[in-house]
Amino acid sequence: MAATRPIRLFRNLSAKIAAIPMILTAMVVFVGGTAWTVTYSFTSSKLLPKTKFVGLDQYERLWGTARWLISIENLLIYGICMMVLSLVIGFLLAALLDQKIRFENTFRTILLYPFALSFIVTGLVWQWLLNPDFGVQSVIRGFGWESFTFDPLYDARIVIYGVLIAGLWQGTGLVMCLMLAGLRGIDQDIWKASRVDGIPAWKTYVFIVIPMMRPVFITTLVIIASGIVKVYDLIVAQTGGGPGIASEVPAKYVYDYMFQGQNLGQGFAASTMMLLAVLVVVIPWAFLEFGGRKRV
Amino acid sequence: MSDPGILSATVVGADAARDALAGPRGPKPRRRFSRRNIFIYGTLIVVALYYLLPLWVMVVTSLKGMPEIRMGNIFAPPVEITFEPWVKAWAEACTGLNCDGLSRGFWNSVRITVPSVVVSIVIASVNGYALANWRFKGADMFFTILIFGAFIPYQVMLYPIVILLREMGLYGSLTGLVMVHSIFGMPILTLLFRNYFTSLPEELFKAARVDGAGFWQIYVQIMLPMSLPIFVVAMILQVTGIWNDFLFGVVYTKPDLYPMTVQLNNIVNSVQGVKEYNVNMAATLLTGLVPLVIYFVSGKLFVRGIAAGAVKG
Amino acid sequence: MDPSISIKHLDLSFGAVEVLKDLNLDVGQGEFLVLLGSSGCGKSTLLNCIAGLLDVTDGQIHIQGKNVTWEEPSKRGIGMVFQSYALYPQMTVEGNLSFGLKNAGIPKAEIAERINRAARVLQIEPLLKRKPAALSGGQRQRVAIGRALVRDVDVFLFDEPLSNLDAKLRTDLRAEIKELHHQLKNTMIYVTHDQIEAMTLADRIAIMRGGLILQLASPNEIYNTPACKYVADFIGSPSMNFLDGAVETAQAPRFTCGCGSFALDGYAFGHGPVAGPAWLGIRPEHIATGAAAEPMPIRLDARVRLVEPLGSDTLVRVAVGDQRFWVRMDGQSSIAEGDEIAIGFAPERVNLFDKHTEDRL
Repeated sequence: MAATRPIRLFRNLSAKIAAIPMILTAMVVFVGGTAWTVTYSFTSSKLLPKTKFVGLDQYERLWGTARWLISIENLLIYGICMMVLSLVIGFLLAALLDQKIRFENTFRTILLYPFALSFIVTGLVWQWLLNPDFGVQSVIRGFGWESFTFDPLYDARIVIYGVLIAGLWQGTGLVMCLMLAGLRGIDQDIWKASRVDGIPAWKTYVFIVIPMMRPVFITTLVIIASGIVKVYDLIVAQTGGGPGIASEVPAKYVYDYMFQGQNLGQGFAASTMMLLAVLVVVIPWAFLEFGGRKRV
Repeated sequence: MSDPGILSATVVGADAARDALAGPRGPKPRRRFSRRNIFIYGTLIVVALYYLLPLWVMVVTSLKGMPEIRMGNIFAPPVEITFEPWVKAWAEACTGLNCDGLSRGFWNSVRITVPSVVVSIVIASVNGYALANWRFKGADMFFTILIFGAFIPYQVMLYPIVILLREMGLYGSLTGLVMVHSIFGMPILTLLFRNYFTSLPEELFKAARVDGAGFWQIYVQIMLPMSLPIFVVAMILQVTGIWNDFLFGVVYTKPDLYPMTVQLNNIVNSVQGVKEYNVNMAATLLTGLVPLVIYFVSGKLFVRGIAAGAVKG
Repeated sequence: MDPSISIKHLDLSFGAVEVLKDLNLDVGQGEFLVLLGSSGCGKSTLLNCIAGLLDVTDGQIHIQGKNVTWEEPSKRGIGMVFQSYALYPQMTVEGNLSFGLKNAGIPKAEIAERINRAARVLQIEPLLKRKPAALSGGQRQRVAIGRALVRDVDVFLFDEPLSNLDAKLRTDLRAEIKELHHQLKNTMIYVTHDQIEAMTLADRIAIMRGGLILQLASPNEIYNTPACKYVADFIGSPSMNFLDGAVETAQAPRFTCGCGSFALDGYAFGHGPVAGPAWLGIRPEHIATGAAAEPMPIRLDARVRLVEPLGSDTLVRVAVGDQRFWVRMDGQSSIAEGDEIAIGFAPERVNLFDKHTEDRL
């Protein structure tokens, strides 16, 4: 009868202790770090962070810098092409693999292996393949087509497409895998019903299966998109941002200004812009995905 | 009402009766080389070759001597196989002042990857278990922040972490980098473990509590033995992820401690000296070897890992 | 007249696993045939073969006198209803009903007319503009039936259509399907594992096991004269009571077992009395108790072990020596555990099965 009510704070004490790393990470690094960076993006920090607030100066300078504008343009081109192409190619490959074919595992293994490789390795391989003196261009010229030109890495106008080729090679396998899982999640009776109705396979895909896979498409898009914003290693390895500054991207801009240009304020402002871009994608998705029901 | 000729059991002479059937019978004849099959397999084979091409080029280039590379076609197999580029990439290639090859980076990567994997998995599994079975007030809020954190571009948190590590005296050390990997591995791993532990029958947990077992006892004696597969998935995810990392390695360590990816990039993209493409490709292959081996050995588990890790982006 | 569906020497195997073995079956015009069996017996597989969704390994399938073994499902003149409804979730009910027809190039006016007719028959007119997600389970299943209906075909195939519904709805829809059949008079093949559905709906039931049809007969015949012990055991709830014993034919045929020996006068042997070890089966509802047991030719004294009142009737588990019997009694009977009662039954009501082949004697 004399049992005292335990103090609230000490209920589940072990669980709370176990959760300390998570709480620290979430609050100190994720929330605290983000808030810190956003705050200091309004200062005139140069070599070291300092608290002299200058309002939107850093942002004005950022949007007046040619290198940043090129970075944004590259990110948009790369991002849109990557999203559209990897979704289309990934879905088509998944649909092909879903035709009850033999050697499905072999094909899937081959299509997915680049995803296991780092962006550095990916970038370096494609740098070599696209090398104008030894790579694809020289080989095709060697066949007798002397005027053939395919030199994206040294052509400022199309260098970002050279990066895109490498990015697609590395990432399409993942999209294919996610799409294949989505296709396998479709009730087999739907396929039976459409066969009884006499609907050709392509029409079943277009009018029935793809609409049913909408959630899979959205999730995949969010995954691709949040990966695109972070693109950094691939550029560093494949082009180093060149030729000139033709293949710069925001993530590289941030790194260079923070750790090499000794202009922290610019780095903070640029990274805050990146955060903003991600929030624009993630928040609507989170509402769509979790808004209706309580998160379990 | 029973009709004659209806009962089914196998009758003697069924084959004879069967042969008397006229018209289409048995499976619909399908041509092995129908247009549909040619299209499907043709496309897949072409695509598969395209995907394998870079691997092939890496391998053949790394086995050729430089004269042969200058003369020939990058897709052609080597006329004369030489392993010298591999030896050079491993033991002699230069980055800055160090000329001891990729081996230094390899061992650095091992020293980074092993503790990072262990620490991040231990923390995340305990955490996931606490979230799944010992729900406390506020846990969901922290967890939601953690998951959202997975989407925040690393660039936003790079500098604050530099400050934190510097304050702790860990900036530029392996320990600091291990901490960073554990922090950024936490969202996806915690999600992975939480979902897994939630999928285990809750009665098991309740029964153990009724039997008087505590937090750690249940974790070690009941949850762990049932969770081997998910630990393997988490390990695959972390080993490949950490091994392939470049950004954290370059930001939080110093040249002596650079992981393999950073060193590889410095070797290949260094502006000094004559470009030795065969050595570069050997070095690239060497760096890609660890995740590739894990990928080909683990097969389906890797797919499970990326499906789960997909949220990581 | 040709049978509506005729299956000849059908084999189906997946690799080394034989699912259907030399199966023959004729279904009459307008007949309601139920394929009944526990899971894995091949009943759904057989239905998928008839629909053309599975390639057969050997044999032929004829529908309406036409050999359709190699035809596409859509060209076989069938409509099919699935357990999971398989409605196209992004389309309205109307879209679901019309998609196949539009695709077949049927004129708009006719599509509209067919949809109206089907909607009227199934009473789903108010739902036509809704999407499947906004419908209840029963409504969805009606739409799924509607999709088969608008195809204007002679044969309907049902693959466990009511399994996903709750018990009350199942009873209602069962009655509606029966009415629909009376109204349309199409041939229907209906797969289920639910014996009550089978008994209530079927003109004939085919009981399947291990890829074979064990018995094909009217519900009454299956209930009263099961062809083998498996069928006897499968049909009826609670199941038939079985006594392990032997038939003796030295004089008049008798059955002897642990709890006694009784004359089998009145039992209709299929091929004349045969002596040997056998099972005697008697349904719980054919056992009389108390005063009603007095006139029965076979009488035993039993002790009540368990009473399960169900309202409409009461199930009583009684023991005669080591032998346990289920007995079905009136719902109002006042009986209690431990009571001593007399039970009795008539030889005409029993079923005898050979101990080894388990076939009916």
